[in-house]
Amino acid sequence: MKSLAELKAIKEKAQNDLAMRNAHNGTRIVVGMATCGIAAGARPVMNAFMDEIQKRNITHATVAMTGCIGMCRLEPIVEVIDKEGNKVTYVKMDADKAVRVVTEHIVNGNIVTEYTIGAVQE
Amino acid sequence: MQYYRSHVLVCAGTGCTSSGSAVLFDEFEQRLKDAGIENEVKIVKTGCFGLCAEGPIVVVYPEGAMYCRVTKEDVQEIVLEHLVKGRIVNRLLEKPTEVVEKTDAQESDFFKKQMRVALRNCGRINPENIDEYIAYDGYAALGKVVTEMTPEDVINVMLDSGIRGRGGAGFPTGRKWDFARKSVSDKKYVCCNADEGDPGAFMDRSILEGDPHVVLEAMAIAGYAIGSDQGYIYVRAEYPIAVERLQIAINQAKEYGLLGKNIFGTDFSFDIELRLGAGAFVCGEETALMTSIEGHRGEPRPRPPFPAVKGLFQKPTILNNVETYANVPQILLNGADWFKGIGSERSRGTKVFAVGGKIKNTGLVEIPMGTPLRDIIYDIGGGIPNGKKFKAAQTGGPSGGCIPASLIDTPIEYDTLIEIGSMMGSGGLIVMDEDTCMVDIAKFFLAFTVEESCGKCPPCRIGTKRMYDILDKITKGKGELKDIDDLYELAEAIKTSALCGLGQTAPNPVLSTLRYFKDEYIAHVVDKKCPAGVCKDLLQYKIVAEKCKGCSLCARKCPANCIHGEVKSPFVIDNSKCLKCGACMESCKFGAIIKE
Repeated sequence: MKSLAELKAIKEKAQNDLAMRNAHNGTRIVVGMATCGIAAGARPVMNAFMDEIQKRNITHATVAMTGCIGMCRLEPIVEVIDKEGNKVTYVKMDADKAVRVVTEHIVNGNIVTEYTIGAVQE
Repeated sequence: MQYYRSHVLVCAGTGCTSSGSAVLFDEFEQRLKDAGIENEVKIVKTGCFGLCAEGPIVVVYPEGAMYCRVTKEDVQEIVLEHLVKGRIVNRLLEKPTEVVEKTDAQESDFFKKQMRVALRNCGRINPENIDEYIAYDGYAALGKVVTEMTPEDVINVMLDSGIRGRGGAGFPTGRKWDFARKSVSDKKYVCCNADEGDPGAFMDRSILEGDPHVVLEAMAIAGYAIGSDQGYIYVRAEYPIAVERLQIAINQAKEYGLLGKNIFGTDFSFDIELRLGAGAFVCGEETALMTSIEGHRGEPRPRPPFPAVKGLFQKPTILNNVETYANVPQILLNGADWFKGIGSERSRGTKVFAVGGKIKNTGLVEIPMGTPLRDIIYDIGGGIPNGKKFKAAQTGGPSGGCIPASLIDTPIEYDTLIEIGSMMGSGGLIVMDEDTCMVDIAKFFLAFTVEESCGKCPPCRIGTKRMYDILDKITKGKGELKDIDDLYELAEAIKTSALCGLGQTAPNPVLSTLRYFKDEYIAHVVDKKCPAGVCKDLLQYKIVAEKCKGCSLCARKCPANCIHGEVKSPFVIDNSKCLKCGACMESCKFGAIIKE
């Protein structure tokens, strides 16, 4: 260890790795992974979320799985819940859509209206 | 670096290891593989969470769900339900709750009134990974100290913070460092006392196991402050996990150049070596500890000269306890004012207690000083099990004393505890309920000091043995009133003439139980009764004729064949043959057998 900068570099790298243990108040991305979700292609969606979060070093969001919420025809379903508890439900997702949700919603805070349940069901 | 969506922290402290956490780690690995999600979930071994009574403990992030008493069979359910489907396994939570938002363990009663400074990383990081320590500001204090502060600055912050030693006596740490700084010598030493010996105390072990780097960092800071380049950690060999993790930590720190030559590119160099103790209680006494490091038999030597003047190898030395060191980096990072804001006027900061005995949540708690004993026992500790009444708490182990129920609202501070005849000690807190005999407890602690006395000075070697003999006589029903006077006289003599802290404090458990529970001593001596029903020689089992249905169950259970009677009429115990084992009392379905 020759300098403080060196220590800081190790710290930042390690912090990203551990961010999830402090992310209780961050954004939660919840992917429906019941049989219906998996059959409709939820796993590539989840992997896309995880890859994108890692690529962008996002520390305020976590990815979790959940079961079937009952609208199997709209799977893969992804819910994005912010720290206030406001929920946005995206339906009929795929990996490309997931990348866009991360870029626009998670990073910039703009909901991708066209993928939401309201837009799709109309 | 790979991204994981979930981290599973499995406690690998001594408490959880002995309740079976080691197999959980492998089981998780296997089950995650079976479920095909081994690349999405990371399993981490971590240090003690403090809730040892509920171990083995597993915490799953990001939810922070704390699972208790996890068995190998439960692992599959956690993997399939929680990690695959995202449904928290309610039945394994500390307190099962319907509301998913309340699964965060930090919200529970056990943690809410705690404040974690010394234990801040325990149960949060992987102690065998230096990067995780660095992520939570690890080695930042050392970096700041060696590049921005002079040794005098460091000592001034320590003095200003008001921190006092956490090992027992409560000497101001800053002053200790200041003395050593001012001693002139070509060589100085920094020692860490990790020879934790109080029965039931395991605060230091948990820090060493859960956050070993914090001790290394603090020792390096101390080395910079007093002008030393060599540190020794004296740790007991009975702590194999702690020893292993300390060695791993030392190796990692050396690899990163955080120990060794020219730390952070400055001309400050510092190295640390381990020395294993063989489990002698007296080696926790500072002069005996240093004698042992030097390779001699662990016996104390007279002070002065104090270690800050002539310590290890006759050179100026500072010796601090593990928990004291665990506070140091935080004080230097956050400043003396931050630390002064915690705790009370004359006792700054927090204190860790290993809570054991007759209490629901056995384990490790860290509270701001000044917290009343009541909060520790009832709010954090969950109260006394089986609806029994709280009788007293013993702090300071064999050197301390008891706090009776009438003083349960006493704030936990160095000075208030001494005023009431106990002491802070290193942090053992043994809770006793109405079934505990105070004479027996005093005898227990005396037996411990008699066993552990090194034998160098007669007051301790002979005096504690004589006190033990008197207590033994009293518990056997052969005591006289004069014995109590003799106990006082011996206690005074030992306190004033013993060579080291072990002997000087050995009479404390007797004196404090005499102070608050003299009536129990009198009952033993005069009435030949043990009010708590513990001392076997003073007990008699009796069958209450009105309650006895004559079922003969007790007679069949009695190993001494001393219960006789006709079926369907009251039975009688022949006390001349009774072994006082209590088997009859346990077996009786009608509560007809009493002991008095």
